[in-house]
Amino acid sequence: MPDQTFLDSTELVLNMGPQHPSTHGVLRVVLKLDGEKVLGADCVIGYLHRGVEKIGENRTYQQFAPYVDRMDYCAAVSNGLGYCLAVEKLLNAEAPPRAQAVRVVLTELNRIASHLIWLGTHALDIGAITPLFYVMREREEILNIFEKYCGARLTTHAFRIGGLQYETYDGLEEDVKAACDHVLPKIDEYERLLTGNRIWIGRLTNVGVLNAADCKQYGVTGPMLRAAGVKWDLRKAQPYSGYQQYEFEIPTGTNGDTYDRYLVRMEEMRQSVRIIRQAVEKIPGGPIMAKIPKVIKPPVGEAYVSIEAPKGELGYFIVSDGSIQPYRLRVRPPSFVNLQALDQMTRGALVADVVAIIGTLDIVLGEVDR
Amino acid sequence: MPEDDKPEVKPAQAAPPAASKPPVAKAPAVMAVSPWEGELPSSLNQRFGDQVPEFSTYLGQSFLVAKPEAVIPILKVLRFEADFDYLVDITAVDYPQRPERFDLVYILYSFARNQRIRVKTQIADGYKPATATAVHLAANWLEREVFDMFGIEFDGHPDMRRILLPEDWEGYPLRKDKSILACDNKWIEEHLGIEGGQ
Repeated sequence: MPDQTFLDSTELVLNMGPQHPSTHGVLRVVLKLDGEKVLGADCVIGYLHRGVEKIGENRTYQQFAPYVDRMDYCAAVSNGLGYCLAVEKLLNAEAPPRAQAVRVVLTELNRIASHLIWLGTHALDIGAITPLFYVMREREEILNIFEKYCGARLTTHAFRIGGLQYETYDGLEEDVKAACDHVLPKIDEYERLLTGNRIWIGRLTNVGVLNAADCKQYGVTGPMLRAAGVKWDLRKAQPYSGYQQYEFEIPTGTNGDTYDRYLVRMEEMRQSVRIIRQAVEKIPGGPIMAKIPKVIKPPVGEAYVSIEAPKGELGYFIVSDGSIQPYRLRVRPPSFVNLQALDQMTRGALVADVVAIIGTLDIVLGEVDR
Repeated sequence: MPEDDKPEVKPAQAAPPAASKPPVAKAPAVMAVSPWEGELPSSLNQRFGDQVPEFSTYLGQSFLVAKPEAVIPILKVLRFEADFDYLVDITAVDYPQRPERFDLVYILYSFARNQRIRVKTQIADGYKPATATAVHLAANWLEREVFDMFGIEFDGHPDMRRILLPEDWEGYPLRKDKSILACDNKWIEEHLGIEGGQ
């Protein structure tokens, strides 16, 4: 529809959030509406800004590690992995094979947990209440493993720079295998509830389309980019932590709409199970910490290291001045960058679709605002 | 007595260097970079000449340092001719003691080459670098965040407002001369009705 018509007087500004159940936290979206049609969406963010990057400059490298868990609290393990890898890069150190395998197991479990939360809340936004209770049940299995391993369920701080803090507990392998066996058939169960559901298809198909070119323009990564048909995953493109040893597929979509993103994330959970099963089968023996100094003082320099977090590319750019504190610590959060595409995705959509689009972006405001 | 003192002082002065290990602790104060060689840097060098004084690699990560006014042309060339079609991040680093106070860092990735590079430039406080939004749409929010945190204004940006902090907030928190406890007490008193943030 044309931008300017004589009907401009009907233009309405609608404030959505920051206290709104479907904005997944304290996101405020200022919608410009023409009737039910969205003409534009302006995001107001920063309600959860804690100055994580400034805190990083004022803490030692080890002290800062627990803070990263508080960014994307649905995927704390991934955040920790990215940070540890970045500092290890600056130190030119590498975690021993045993630590790497355990890291992969826990990170992939966390990916499933993060996607489960996304599925539950996204379906809830659309009006399907049941999956939320189901996913909480499966997520519990995964969080129990985290709790047994490191004592925390959400902000785990599971890894240390150079490897792992804790040796695995007796029976971790069995627990992980049991969790995999439990989750995998449940994914089919969710799909039976949703994938062929007429309302689900009607609400998601051709909603919030973002094609591959737009994704690249906006720097959108992760499942959103893959749903647009780009077969790109950092675990394959630039493997870290031994991902090259494991066989898995990169699921892709074709249309780049909300329904495709749903399918991609569902398949990603299955692939994560596949990776976990391979990794847990052959956790090598040996030390869990690399030989790194007690006081971490990376040589003067800078490095950018990124990983495939559940939401997309999570990067850390660290500048070291040779002291015990980072001189500059920049976090490249996937949620923040992906959220920028909201305006483009909502244009021309209906108000009810905005809720679906925010859900499909899979943002965590703790990471957007940092 | 003065003659006795002298030999006593000397071993005391010589002792600390022997006990500790200053040569090891004093790591090089500059980044130990190696030159970045290859087709891409040499073609960029041919094209931009002394506009790009440095092509380096550190820990296997390549970056180039360009003059501030050459950054946008370089991003354009990289995007349209060398497939660096994904702007990963824009950020800044503050060095208050330097005349060109800020390092502006653009991180780029090429899907076709599976390669990540950084474009860096040094700018003085108050210099307004040109916006990259015309080359990469992703630059919009990233530049707003740099403005929010460092006070670097981007010339030609369509929407140069603060993004994470309130719009009428005073001060740029990620500058090194801002303490971690510093905040805009006036704003906090006015809007939250409490005395200061910390």
